[in-house]
Amino acid sequence: MATQHSRSAARIMMAPAVVLLLGWMLIPLTMTLYFSFKKFLPLRGGDLGWVGFDNYVRFVSSSAFWPSVQTTLIIVGGVLLITVMLGVLLAILLDQPLWGQGIVRILVIAPFFVMPTVSALVWKNMFMDPVNGLFAHLWKFFGAQPVEWLSDAPLFSIILIVSWQWLPFATLILLTAIQSLDSEQLEASEMDGAPPLARFGFIILPHLSRAITIVVLIQTIFLLAVFAEIFVTTQGSFGTRTLTYLIFQRVLESQNVGLGSAGGVYAIILANIVAIFLMRIVGKNLDS
Amino acid sequence: MARAVTNRRKALNTLVAWSVGLLIFFPILWTILTSFKTEAQAINDPPLFLFFDWTLENYAVVQERSDYMRFLWNSVIIAGGSTVIGIIIAVPAAWSMAFVPSKRTKDILLWMLSTKMLPAVGVLYPIYLLFIELGLLDTRIGLTIVLMLINLPIIVWMLYTYFKEIPGEILEAARMDGAALKEEILYILTPMAVPGIASTLLLNIILAWNEAFWTLNLTAAKAAPLTAFIASYSSPEGLFYAKLSAASTMAIAPILILGWFSQKQLVRGLTFGAVK
Repeated sequence: MATQHSRSAARIMMAPAVVLLLGWMLIPLTMTLYFSFKKFLPLRGGDLGWVGFDNYVRFVSSSAFWPSVQTTLIIVGGVLLITVMLGVLLAILLDQPLWGQGIVRILVIAPFFVMPTVSALVWKNMFMDPVNGLFAHLWKFFGAQPVEWLSDAPLFSIILIVSWQWLPFATLILLTAIQSLDSEQLEASEMDGAPPLARFGFIILPHLSRAITIVVLIQTIFLLAVFAEIFVTTQGSFGTRTLTYLIFQRVLESQNVGLGSAGGVYAIILANIVAIFLMRIVGKNLDS
Repeated sequence: MARAVTNRRKALNTLVAWSVGLLIFFPILWTILTSFKTEAQAINDPPLFLFFDWTLENYAVVQERSDYMRFLWNSVIIAGGSTVIGIIIAVPAAWSMAFVPSKRTKDILLWMLSTKMLPAVGVLYPIYLLFIELGLLDTRIGLTIVLMLINLPIIVWMLYTYFKEIPGEILEAARMDGAALKEEILYILTPMAVPGIASTLLLNIILAWNEAFWTLNLTAAKAAPLTAFIASYSSPEGLFYAKLSAASTMAIAPILILGWFSQKQLVRGLTFGAVK
């Protein structure tokens, strides 16, 4: 069907995108790998020679490493748990017949469009501030002592902020998946007298499993890279230093490029493990 | 979809859904409301909800003190520019993959997607260094290029899924009638592809507008877009809730409006066609 002529034309049309992405991937990646085997301190002597796997060992054995892994897992896991569970419930709720469905949908989706620095600062100041925040007023109203959210419950606070941002994404995708569910199947089960919980467990949830997997994988990739929310709230203090933030600090704040680059390689490997699973699903979808 | 429900059930659904919806939307609503208060009213105890002296002064103050328009303009240039350039590069690629697929098409698509998975922090220093060497640090052109590259995979993917939906028979017929490649693109493909391109444009402007890793790390004063401008409020002086709210409202308003138009494309664009 396609002629030789159109094949070579196709190759030329693809070239710019392929070449650019290849460069964007290979050049920085090679540089990161290169730096990771060097002692490189731009502000204190510059390139101090090859050190083998020293940086890789030091990055993992530094006292900040394991806490940062733990923090990352708690934030990613916490946000995933909240957004998927609430997302399923919200998607089912929004799928019900109700008045003003379109407007409610818009209200629910809105947080996704708020830039990360805005949502983090609004939550930090106007809700979580221990003196003037709305939560403080609410706590006082009920006679409780206001909470210093970002220093007393820093991980919870960040999970709350990030979950608020990502709940719309989970909801929207799960809602799209629910709407593709054959309503006759549901009706039939309803007529057969299946209780709501059984309908949920045996029809809706299995139907959603693929969408849930996709939500989990895509969110994981984005959540591993959460940055601005920490940058403008705690700056990594109070035990909120994630792996991403730790690498950022090593590279730009303390300008220990070799060490930071080794950390970067770990982060790349970690993200790739998640990515492989996502690509499998996406790839399968391409075949069908 | 039209399941028969009693009105009482529907009313209950409506009540619950609206309560939840308003609760989720509340932080945005609160920000918008606070932007119309004076600084003193913004921290009033108890908090003022609707009954305060509405004022526009914060908007004026933000513009006056911080030259808000410059940051806005940077955001427009960077988000718009990176998206437009990305689409110009992606349209031919997606077109050829959709209509002249080869054995390697799938691999190329998946490989492109994999570049999107590269954690930014892993390549932070190389990019930072290259930017210094090339004199791109804190320039709009530098940031435009980076945002174009990080969104290019999504743009190619979205366009590919849209182009795939254009029936191939139409092209076959055109070729039979002797249409040249140029005519094929100009008269057949373009009209059918425009809606898909428009959706792609919309979603990617949103993504670029809100990007907050590279924009924070590669800009200082000159090329800083709104994400970085808002971040400067993280170490404020004096009372600032109302001003923060005004600046935030202005920063998110255009995207909220664009976003409401692109709800459907959001799913397609961010799941790479895996959920439709």
